[in-house]
Amino acid sequence: MKLELTRRYAFNAAHRLHSPHLSEAENQRVYGKCNNPHGHGHNYVAEVTVTGALDPATGMIAYLTELDRFVEREVIEPFDHKNLNEDLPAFRECVPTTENLCIEIFNRLRHFPGARLVRVRLEETARNSFEYAGDSEGSHR
Amino acid sequence: MVYLTRKIEFSASHRYHNPDFSPEENARIFGKCNNPNGHGHNYVLEVTVGGETDPATGMVLDLKELKELMEREVMDRMDHRSLNHEVPELAGQIPTCENIAALIWKLLAPKVRRGQLTRVRLWESPDLYVDCYGDGGAW
Repeated sequence: MKLELTRRYAFNAAHRLHSPHLSEAENQRVYGKCNNPHGHGHNYVAEVTVTGALDPATGMIAYLTELDRFVEREVIEPFDHKNLNEDLPAFRECVPTTENLCIEIFNRLRHFPGARLVRVRLEETARNSFEYAGDSEGSHR
Repeated sequence: MVYLTRKIEFSASHRYHNPDFSPEENARIFGKCNNPNGHGHNYVLEVTVGGETDPATGMVLDLKELKELMEREVMDRMDHRSLNHEVPELAGQIPTCENIAALIWKLLAPKVRRGQLTRVRLWESPDLYVDCYGDGGAW
């Protein structure tokens, strides 16, 4: 029986989309409002999906308490109420688009010891979201 | 291939407890869900059936038929019940979202008359759900 468990986690953060590889005018054109020099923020929701064998003793494919602790340590603590550009070394050189943020979160969670990470789906707002399932196709639909 | 999804809600109580574990292990593994007197959820069930449309009706499967199947197999069995005590198919299992989704798959899969059951998605709360794909791959 193939089962996947998905948990949704919320965090809030500021970012600014600005690429050092583009001119001021190009940055404006490409990123629009998101290029505002003082940044802006979002209420992000990360949907984390894991899979694995069902343990008959617990009825679970992953202990939720363990998954929550792991996500809290790897993602919520470092990202929540932070400025992604300023506070996260990963985004010193890399533009914190939600695509890049989604990949960063996937890479931080891929070593979860309790189950296999399938994908991360990241909602930037209620109207847009991004999904990343690693480089291989895996079970991503 | 076209996919059709129908959603229903049901409310039920449960408790996570394995008598083979010590009280400390039960508390550590199951956390609040180990509360001796149980607790409950408003579950949301999304059932997806995939198939080719019937040229005569333009449908994969008559929605009404899927609705009635879900009401008969899931609502009648689980709504306003204790999943630990009143659902015999879950006897001896911890009524986790995983086990309930797998049971719903087993109940529905053989009874879908047109198309095939593709996914059972069971939301336990707005921040937790389980997808069951049977023995097939992911959608």
